[in-house]
Amino acid sequence: MTLVVAGAAAVYTLRIADDCLVLSHRLAQWSSWAPALEDDVALTNIALDLLGQARAMYARTAELDGTGRSEDDYAFMREEREFVNCQLVEQENGDFARTIVRQLLCSTWQLSQWQALTTSTDAQVAAVAARAVKEAAYHRDHATDWTLRLGDGTDESHRRMETALDTLWPFVDELFESDPVTRDVVTSGVGPDPETLRREWDAYVGHVLADATLTVPESSWKPSGGRRGLHTEPFGYMLAEMQHLHRSFPGVTW
Amino acid sequence: MRSSGPIEAGLPGDTPSGVAAAAGAVADPREAEFQALIDTDQRIEPRDWMPDAYRKTLIRQIAQHAHSEIIGMQPEGNWITRAPSLRRKAILMAKVQDEAGHGLYLYCAAETLGVDRAELIDLLHQGRQKYSSIFNYPTLTWADVGAIGWLVDGAAITNQIPLCRCSFGPYARAMVRVCKEESFHQRQGFELLYALSHGTPAQDAMAQDAVDRWWWPSLEMLGPPDAESPHSAQSMAWGIKRFSNDALRQRFVDMVAPQAVVLGLTPPDPELRWNEERGHYDFGACDFEELRRVVGGDGPCNRRRAAHHLKAHEDGAWVREAAAAYAAKHAATTAAA
Amino acid sequence: MSEETPAPLWEVFIRSKRGLSHNHVGSLHAPDAEMALRNARDVYTRRMEGVSIWVVPSASVTASSPDEKDSFFDPAADKPYRHPTFYSIPKEVQQL
Repeated sequence: MTLVVAGAAAVYTLRIADDCLVLSHRLAQWSSWAPALEDDVALTNIALDLLGQARAMYARTAELDGTGRSEDDYAFMREEREFVNCQLVEQENGDFARTIVRQLLCSTWQLSQWQALTTSTDAQVAAVAARAVKEAAYHRDHATDWTLRLGDGTDESHRRMETALDTLWPFVDELFESDPVTRDVVTSGVGPDPETLRREWDAYVGHVLADATLTVPESSWKPSGGRRGLHTEPFGYMLAEMQHLHRSFPGVTW
Repeated sequence: MRSSGPIEAGLPGDTPSGVAAAAGAVADPREAEFQALIDTDQRIEPRDWMPDAYRKTLIRQIAQHAHSEIIGMQPEGNWITRAPSLRRKAILMAKVQDEAGHGLYLYCAAETLGVDRAELIDLLHQGRQKYSSIFNYPTLTWADVGAIGWLVDGAAITNQIPLCRCSFGPYARAMVRVCKEESFHQRQGFELLYALSHGTPAQDAMAQDAVDRWWWPSLEMLGPPDAESPHSAQSMAWGIKRFSNDALRQRFVDMVAPQAVVLGLTPPDPELRWNEERGHYDFGACDFEELRRVVGGDGPCNRRRAAHHLKAHEDGAWVREAAAAYAAKHAATTAAA
Repeated sequence: MSEETPAPLWEVFIRSKRGLSHNHVGSLHAPDAEMALRNARDVYTRRMEGVSIWVVPSASVTASSPDEKDSFFDPAADKPYRHPTFYSIPKEVQQL
């Protein structure tokens, strides 16, 4: 299926949908593997919230791009190069530390994005945002609580958190990139300028990491490209597993 | 949600856990008071006096029920990442999450009897406590998810509704909460299968194949026949068990047989038919030898389920330790302030 | 036997809406109060809004004896309704 870019707004909402879907899928992989039952429930709650956000944004995208595709068409029938999520959300779960760091970085960013989107000129997006802000706030707080406990817990947990930060930090810059799509939605008032979210993000994350006795990493490597359908190798495997059954029976009802 | 109770009770070779004081021992006078509460359908609460054997039986039954919920997350969770639609994915994630929650409620009910969850987990890992044998079967296709919802959850509900009136308060209350939350599980399994059996021929075949594999294990899940369950009598006297295994099995078949007709799927039992005289369905004999084998450790997935649970637990140790260390550090800080 | 110290047990009380009182809904394990609250929200409310949650360490609950008219029971006020001593299971016992 070829990607039809009907307009910047449709691409923008698709990016958000893909971010949510991919992150949700990664979190769902923790089911029956979490450190304690309570954490299994918590991670699944977050995954369910994100899945709900993804579905709402796919619905909006279908209206905006005029293709009338279903949420399942977006999720299961696009190739890897058609997904426009950022690379951070597709990173493998690793250990619990890496998952928590990914969640801290993502949720903090998603919260500020959803907050901005509550005043989107697109009424549907604003409506989704009104609900998503509460969910994202919870996700961010959950990740914060765990960052503190793992950063300032034992030597081992501290070490694992530092490793996780070093692994994931390079993917942060992409979250705040602007390009013709984002410039267009800023002009139309559909969405915020990603760069304007950076300062608040740095302040919050920096504060949490300091409290957690963790170091803000530096990275000379700054990968990017997710928004242009350029993903990391693990992503292909994730999609293959996710899409296989649906694609095996094209056009049926489940 | 999952029935664990009757599986281990009464199988040959098991040490009876529910046997009352040996003949000749002096009965505790508080026992009469305890039994009177049960006989008048009142609840025993954690602070009440209770016979040692009652406490032991309950700890084992509740713990195994909890273990069943948790292990049960594995076969169904197996299909979360491959769910064929976003709607089905969300439903399945919520269902599996419910099971985690049910496990939690049940571990906490068991803990009111004086054990710690960590001990119970250890017993599970050592194989000294079990979980429902049904979860030792693999989920080979998407249709298996529906079969589990329809048949396994159906059997569990059959067992659980009476447990809402179990004599032990915390267990009964946990069961009420579980049953409330579970109202959607069986319906979703049924609906999943219905979509398949009314879909393409390939989907219909997938659904039938799943039913062929899950039907008999679901019947066996309700436990060995009454004749081979000598401890049932004591459990019934104590209000822990309300109906015999065979009675529950009959109730279950009576419920699902007509549902199979609506589904357009054929249970793999040529002897299944309505008996007008009895007012119940006649059905064929379960293979209780197979149940024994699977309970004993030789089912298709026993080793896999155990290894998965153990690994998750061990992998999580550093996380739990970190959380405890942080709490200790901050408790000290607060105390010093 | 596990060598880990188990996370403490907390009792959870929920007030599902204004005008009602908090009801005991169950218990859970958590390393500290904040996590206990978070876990309680996740497990007992599935994150419904407008819900008030109290978490109390089980060890802090002081319970009365049941059926105080009966002299069979130890009348001394005791600690929580969860027995304070772990119930240890000897290895020789096949079933619990």
